[in-house]
Amino acid sequence: MTDINKANEQAVSRMMEARPILKGVAPARDVIPGMKPNLLLHAGPPIEWARMSGPLRGAVIGALIFEGLAKTEQEAVALVEKGEIEFAPCHHHDTVGPMAGVTSSSMMVYILENETHGNKAYSNLNEGYGKVLRYGAFSEEVIAKLRWMNESMGPLLAKAIEASGGIDIRTLLSESLHMGDEGHNRNKAGSIIYTAKLAPWIAKVAADNDVESEVLKALGENALSVLNPVMAACKAMSASAHGVEGSTMVTTMARNGTDFGMRVSGLGDQWFTAAAEVPDGLYFPSFTSKDANPDIGDSTITETAGIGAFAMAAAPAIVTFVSGTPQDALNATLEMYEITIAEHSHFTIPQLEFRGTPTGIDIRKVVELGITPRVNTGIAHREAGVGQVGAGLVRPPMKIFEDALIAYAQHYNL
Amino acid sequence: MSATKSEVRPGVYYDSVVLMQLQRKLAALPGVEDAGVVMATPANLELLADSDLLEASGKAARPEDLLIVVRASSEAEATSALAQVDELLKQRSSGGGNQAFRPRSLAAGVKNLPTAEWVLISVPGRYAAKVAHEALDNGKHVFLYSDNVELEEEIALKQRGAELGLLVMGPDCGTAIINGVGLGFANRVRRGPIGLVGASGTGLQAVTVSIHNYGGGVSQAIGTGGRDLKAEVGAASMLQGLRYLAVDESTQVIVLISKPPDEATAARLLSEAQTAGKPVVVCFIGFATPAEQIGNVHFAQGLDSAARIAVGLSTGAMTPPTIERRAGYLRGLFSGGTLAYEALNGLQNFLHPMYSNVAIRSSQKMGDPLHSQAHTIIDLGEDVFTVGRLHPMMDNDLRLRRLKQEVEDTETGLVLLDVVLGEGSHADPAGELATAIAAHAKTRPDIEFVALVVGTDEDPQNTDEQIQKLEAAGARIFRETTMAVDYIAARLAAAPSPAGKALPPFSEPLAAINVGVESFFDSLKVQGADAVQVDWRPPAGGNEALASILEKMKSK
Repeated sequence: MTDINKANEQAVSRMMEARPILKGVAPARDVIPGMKPNLLLHAGPPIEWARMSGPLRGAVIGALIFEGLAKTEQEAVALVEKGEIEFAPCHHHDTVGPMAGVTSSSMMVYILENETHGNKAYSNLNEGYGKVLRYGAFSEEVIAKLRWMNESMGPLLAKAIEASGGIDIRTLLSESLHMGDEGHNRNKAGSIIYTAKLAPWIAKVAADNDVESEVLKALGENALSVLNPVMAACKAMSASAHGVEGSTMVTTMARNGTDFGMRVSGLGDQWFTAAAEVPDGLYFPSFTSKDANPDIGDSTITETAGIGAFAMAAAPAIVTFVSGTPQDALNATLEMYEITIAEHSHFTIPQLEFRGTPTGIDIRKVVELGITPRVNTGIAHREAGVGQVGAGLVRPPMKIFEDALIAYAQHYNL
Repeated sequence: MSATKSEVRPGVYYDSVVLMQLQRKLAALPGVEDAGVVMATPANLELLADSDLLEASGKAARPEDLLIVVRASSEAEATSALAQVDELLKQRSSGGGNQAFRPRSLAAGVKNLPTAEWVLISVPGRYAAKVAHEALDNGKHVFLYSDNVELEEEIALKQRGAELGLLVMGPDCGTAIINGVGLGFANRVRRGPIGLVGASGTGLQAVTVSIHNYGGGVSQAIGTGGRDLKAEVGAASMLQGLRYLAVDESTQVIVLISKPPDEATAARLLSEAQTAGKPVVVCFIGFATPAEQIGNVHFAQGLDSAARIAVGLSTGAMTPPTIERRAGYLRGLFSGGTLAYEALNGLQNFLHPMYSNVAIRSSQKMGDPLHSQAHTIIDLGEDVFTVGRLHPMMDNDLRLRRLKQEVEDTETGLVLLDVVLGEGSHADPAGELATAIAAHAKTRPDIEFVALVVGTDEDPQNTDEQIQKLEAAGARIFRETTMAVDYIAARLAAAPSPAGKALPPFSEPLAAINVGVESFFDSLKVQGADAVQVDWRPPAGGNEALASILEKMKSK
């Protein structure tokens, strides 16, 4: 039997030493391992069509229309019900996607490479706000936006990133955490840094001034433009910490809108799942918690890697999501120190005297103290296509941690 | 017809103060006749049953479950009261959104207040030892208010504390005053030169109050928990506290308080007290006091008198003489029964084990008066020795032979003889005894001879000459028993091996982490101490199966 603390130290060190660099943009089928035309990746743990929630179903329909596999909603549903379409979690293909996270074979995706350990991770491009596929919208304008992203924005970003030689996302995060971001719900500063870093290269490689202008506008206006590279970076970091024998550190937290799923470094590829909860948060005008879909998206990879809600103290501007005051924001981060293994060596919080963010969730501490991880999240409407209705705080169900602990005891013959 | 309704919340833990507040609020709701809010331990279930508050679902609750019971004049009112529980519980957090972070684990508490030297623990007994060990792991002194901690756990905790140079007050320790800050239950008393160690919480409170009222003041009041002076625990904490106060510069007088201690433990403690270099006032309630004072140790009859004596001593300077200790056992060979009895009465408090043919305590009875064992005081005037021979006051033969026997015993360290002069006694007892002593001193120079000479200048044997003979032979002379007892107690009392490391000086201002009862935290803050409240919960929410997995994982 290995020493659990040592195993966790090893796992968390790997996660913190990982140095994810944004290397390029390419069609999913060309880069994501195992990607094929009839495969759709989705957020969260595995799920079949029958159990998918509204927003995820909507995104599936939209992706099939986008891929030209169906022309209408009805055709798309029929295709799925005939069993023509395969589904798999993004996480099974080194990929992460916000909200529904639906990624299809022709979609342009970011390529992140962990220069320390060599593994790669992928994420689709961010669509911005409003009616978007990730919230299950699949109207014509949504598909048109996706096409523009794939045909204009993606290729230009690919050239610009290649020309830049790569963008260090870990450094970008270290900086944005000092500018009021927590890396999950607030990526305003990070998105501006991202745009500023890319702008010279976009200007350099762009063949068409109109496209250049549109892309820069899309990047600069979207306070979430860096979210997807950040998520893929977090995926690259946490994936490098997966599979450490004996470790009780969480390496995946993800939701598909129905279930909350988790994987643990020392417990192989087993998912621990339980019903996802409805986030507690603030709603946009005319919406209430009755409209909310249960928790959805792979963006919990940020908390898994030690940012997001875990770095809440760094982002006092969004404390209203957690009901109140800057003190609440500090308390949120302080609470997460109780269930984590280390303080991050690269991500620090000025408000806590530059203490490293709480990093590496230990399932033992979660169960012992009865403190589940905090997650900052957007809230999706329960019906496909309506979009975001609010933002707030959610926690994974305690059951998945208890189940994982019992599985650990069995696996390691305790 | 009134209705009783219960709600069981499995594995939910709140500290008892919160529960009591909730109970009071429930009882004040309309139509509610009585309410009970308890952790469902067998003892608490019994209490509920006594108040007619226990029905079927309550009976089925387990010790780690929170049980809420309401008896109201109607079913609707009972249901309505239960429905308000969550709302009432919320009312307690008055801090609102700006409340400082409250950690759940001691580890986080330590991180948030690194200067803390003390951890106050008031979690349920079966979890308390674990938390206390964790405090010791973190290098903190422990104030363990929790009761129902196994004796073995207490011994283990105190042993570890001693090894680490950390104080373990308790379990079941209710009070302490450290550098002017009360821990747990404590009165507001002025600071001053009197340091106390008490194995009785209310006893300690009563004495500190009296000291204050007599115009004195307290340097430290250290609690030990009620079982500290049991033989198994061996006064581990009281010894630590005593040693601390002995070197503590702000302490001039030391007071020890306890219910009657175990005999051997008392002997160890009092022996240690003799080396304190400061006056020590001992108040062991119900313990027969041998004298008002033996050396630097003063015996008080009660709590108030202990305070009075201590205050009196703290106003006058006094440096007790230090007497070097020596090894070996006492062998007291008396011709006078009452002298033997008085010597025994004084010395039994310091010398252990002690045997005598005039035993005061049953443990002192000798199987065979003809052979000494450990510390022994023999009255050679007893019938068993005098059958068919003259009384030893007239005939030295018996004593000379016994003296020889003792000298031949390698365990003998000090021989005490009485020499009773006057009409009817031997004409020159000292002459024969001195000759023998001088001879024995040659073969056993390591044995000390002490003689208690009772006589006047008008006695026929000439007391001065008798004394000179004995002194010339090398004996040390005393003229009455208590002086001899003072000397021998200081000389022979076993110097307790100072087990473990000395406690470091307690820092000011006091900083502490409170795990459990919230009112202790509030009271620390009110007193100006730095404090962190840990919102402790049972591991894994009281789920035994998960807790046991966690426990197994800890050893990996």
